Amino acid sequence: MSTPVTIEGALRGLAAGEYSSVELTRHFLDVIRERNPVLNAVISTTDDIAIAQAEQADRDRQAGRGGPLAGVPILHKDIFCTEGARTSAGSKMLDNFVSPYSATAVEKLTKAGAIMVGKANMDEFAMGSSNENSFYGVVRNPWQTDRVPGGSSGGSAAAVAAGFCLAATGTDTGGSIRQPASFCGITGIKPTYGRVSRWGMIAYGSSLDQAGPMTRTAADAALMLQTMAGFDHRDSTSLDEPVPLFTEALDQPLAGLRIGLCKEYLQDGLDSGVETQVQNAIRELEGLGASLVEVSLPHTQYAVPAYYVIAPAECSANLSRFDGVRFGHRCDDPVDLEDLYTRSRSEGFGREVRQRIMVGAFALSAGYYDAYYRKAQQIRRLIKNDFISAFKTVDLIAGPVAPSTAFPLGDMTDDPVAMYLQDIFTVPSSLAGLPAMSIPAGFSDNLPVGLQLIGNYLDEGRMLNAAHQFQQRTDWHLRSPDTGEVS
Amino acid sequence: MTRQGWEVVIGLEIHTQLNTASKLFSGSSAQFGSAPNSQASLVDLGFPGVLPVVNIAVFRKAISFGLAIGATINRTSVFDRKNYFYPDLPKGYQITQLDQPIVVGGEVTVTLSDDSTKTIRVTRAHLEEDAGKSLHENYQGQSGIDLNRAGTPLIEIVSEPDMRSTDEAVAYARKIHQLVTFLDVSDGDMSQGSFRCDANVSVRPIGETELGTRTETKNINSFRFLERAIDFEIDRQIEVLENGGRVVQETRLYDPDRDETRTMRSKETSMDYRYFPEPDLLPVVLEQAFIDDIAVSLPELPEARKTRFVTDYQLPEADAQILTGSRALADYFEAVARISGDARLASNWIRVELLGRLNRDEIELTHSPVTAEQLGQLTARIQDGTISGKIAKDIFDALWLKRADDVDHYIEENGLRQMTDSSSIEPIVDQVINDNPAQVEQYRAGKTRVLGFLVGQVMKASGGKANPRQVNELFRSRLG
Repeated sequence: MSTPVTIEGALRGLAAGEYSSVELTRHFLDVIRERNPVLNAVISTTDDIAIAQAEQADRDRQAGRGGPLAGVPILHKDIFCTEGARTSAGSKMLDNFVSPYSATAVEKLTKAGAIMVGKANMDEFAMGSSNENSFYGVVRNPWQTDRVPGGSSGGSAAAVAAGFCLAATGTDTGGSIRQPASFCGITGIKPTYGRVSRWGMIAYGSSLDQAGPMTRTAADAALMLQTMAGFDHRDSTSLDEPVPLFTEALDQPLAGLRIGLCKEYLQDGLDSGVETQVQNAIRELEGLGASLVEVSLPHTQYAVPAYYVIAPAECSANLSRFDGVRFGHRCDDPVDLEDLYTRSRSEGFGREVRQRIMVGAFALSAGYYDAYYRKAQQIRRLIKNDFISAFKTVDLIAGPVAPSTAFPLGDMTDDPVAMYLQDIFTVPSSLAGLPAMSIPAGFSDNLPVGLQLIGNYLDEGRMLNAAHQFQQRTDWHLRSPDTGEVS
Repeated sequence: MTRQGWEVVIGLEIHTQLNTASKLFSGSSAQFGSAPNSQASLVDLGFPGVLPVVNIAVFRKAISFGLAIGATINRTSVFDRKNYFYPDLPKGYQITQLDQPIVVGGEVTVTLSDDSTKTIRVTRAHLEEDAGKSLHENYQGQSGIDLNRAGTPLIEIVSEPDMRSTDEAVAYARKIHQLVTFLDVSDGDMSQGSFRCDANVSVRPIGETELGTRTETKNINSFRFLERAIDFEIDRQIEVLENGGRVVQETRLYDPDRDETRTMRSKETSMDYRYFPEPDLLPVVLEQAFIDDIAVSLPELPEARKTRFVTDYQLPEADAQILTGSRALADYFEAVARISGDARLASNWIRVELLGRLNRDEIELTHSPVTAEQLGQLTARIQDGTISGKIAKDIFDALWLKRADDVDHYIEENGLRQMTDSSSIEPIVDQVINDNPAQVEQYRAGKTRVLGFLVGQVMKASGGKANPRQVNELFRSRLG
């Protein structure tokens, strides 16, 4: 069996009868079993569910009624509730939690025929930029296993890059899809806030959290996203907007496309290897007919501080439900209620999670609310306005995803501020609720570099088309860590 | 204890459960009394990944109340999270409204026991979800959690500190209760916790303009307890101050068994709720047309209904006032009046017999053992002469004790039909005349008062079934 690398390839192979979905599924389960002990990208495989779904997909395909993703094995980040399978959020707190229901995004993908082969590792409750904060251990970058894969969707990114599956779901609160996609050399998109329902996605920062696909190619991302997206009456913040067929509009020439270059994103502090690859990629887009326009997003420098007030504030409330009373970890022999709460939560949550809860609770507390939370919301509005004026003159904004390539494991674990600054280029669009993506744009010292594209509200289609056109002219997205010839 | 020289200042916060079919943020039934946790969905249980969705029906209820008290309706209202840990609060925060509540301002005018009136201002009324219940008894030292109530919609109605006596506070609470029941906003059932009061009480020397330190007595679930709790608190605070002490700002609980309030938590240990806007819900923006539509379809309010009772049923104003005390009572009265065909009779029976018993046994009208249909049937049988008033009282007792169900059936079964046929009464009258020669003599001598005694004897002998008027006439004709 010639193993497919992309969803498109797999769908062709399945349609041509080169392999069945069951065969394909077993293949990926075997790869995971063989290689996961090194990478640790997967928390649990769901073999029984996967085989049952694959058998169904094969039957459906034979009966000519398979969905658009019929038989395609994927992984779900372990933050998505999946009925009948453990949903841990990378935390000891939920090590024993088997969800009684599935997230909307999961349901939609399942309905389209996707096969869940397992649950991907992640930073605990999506808090982290390196995947070193998981109760299930660090995830290693398949390109260099002493490096981090990025976070928080590091397991999803490493799994897709290493060929554990054809696609994975991720979530992005301040860069958690884009930065690991960049570090692992894959394609990842965070859609407009509200595009994909948050129902069943364990909340970190509710006003920022968005689900999106992580794939090898923009075309696969388009197919995944149009399947996951759509209004959901169970999520009041989901957008009641039609979802275009992104896959049908990937052949638009880039002539006339105005690409904004944000001077604040191309400044000191950016690794020179990253800068070179990003500049090359931008020239490639220019070569495809796009015109380059300089734009300014003057409040960029305030984005990280604002984000690290708002997201922790929301998480401090979102994580209150993990109290040892109804589900999840409960300490042994509590002597009273206070003890039950204190020990269950101290034992169940890791250091980074406890730290963010404390920061968030502080930012909301009486006497500090105005100085922190309210101020952060004001900054958020200014950042949003920056983008709104920028998009008056450009169609897309291009720039780096992260200041550096994947850094060594343990390098920043004692320096939370340095770790938080990893998010400097991804957080502004998160605060604004804009769609943004990372696409492979080259290598620096044998490590992948991502190019970030930021689109206007609901304009994922234009972004995906530009990414697809770029991928027609480059092959960075097709390089694999085990075989890849790197520059 | 004398309150001479002291001014009392009271403000009330009233939590009213809205009688919507489903909860505030989930599709679960909001009905009371089901098996524990049988009406708690994943949303109510605060499971990982679940999200709230506003039940728009709650806005109709809250807006009805706001319009009825002349308040401003905020077309944009925002939900906030109020953070605290408690086992019956599944999410670890309550979704409520802090800065932009649905209802702002408004006022109600209350009638006091001396018939004077006073206007009390309402600060605001906001929507919020109720918590579940913690049950501490009968669990072998553990606590039970019932989350059926979690997520039940409430409006919290906050008054200005406008009340200056217990009388005013109770009159205000009754007025709000009357309004929410008439508006069909709440069932108002206090025994089931649908209407709960928190009383903020402080005292200050007369003439002082600064407010004294207040205490908040929480979760008072009857008007009688409200009266007692406030009285207790006024006296306690005056005593503390007169003995040179200071009132501690704190939250207190009223214990009806001991008839006292006691400390629940003091301000020193009071919580910082860390409110912030609920990111899972967008601000609710209402069309003016939505509000206007509610305004034109507001149900008949208590004042209008009272006036109608006076005109349509020719009831004395005072009786109409009593019968419009709650929507349930007014509905009950109208049902009885319709069935009996005699509004005054219905009014008398309800005010004297029914309300008397309900008060005595501390039962809410909605749980009355005697239904409006039964009382209607009973009064209809008095009205058409089938039974005497005395027999009716016996039947009412039987209904109250659930020994009777269908009134007509009970009358037939027990042979309680009034004797209207004079041939069956005449022999009894003659027998009484024979048996009581002395009284007959007295009557004939002009002492007509003894007639009452003689009639009584006939009533007794007939088992109450004789028609007293008819018996009177028979005596008059025989002894005349």
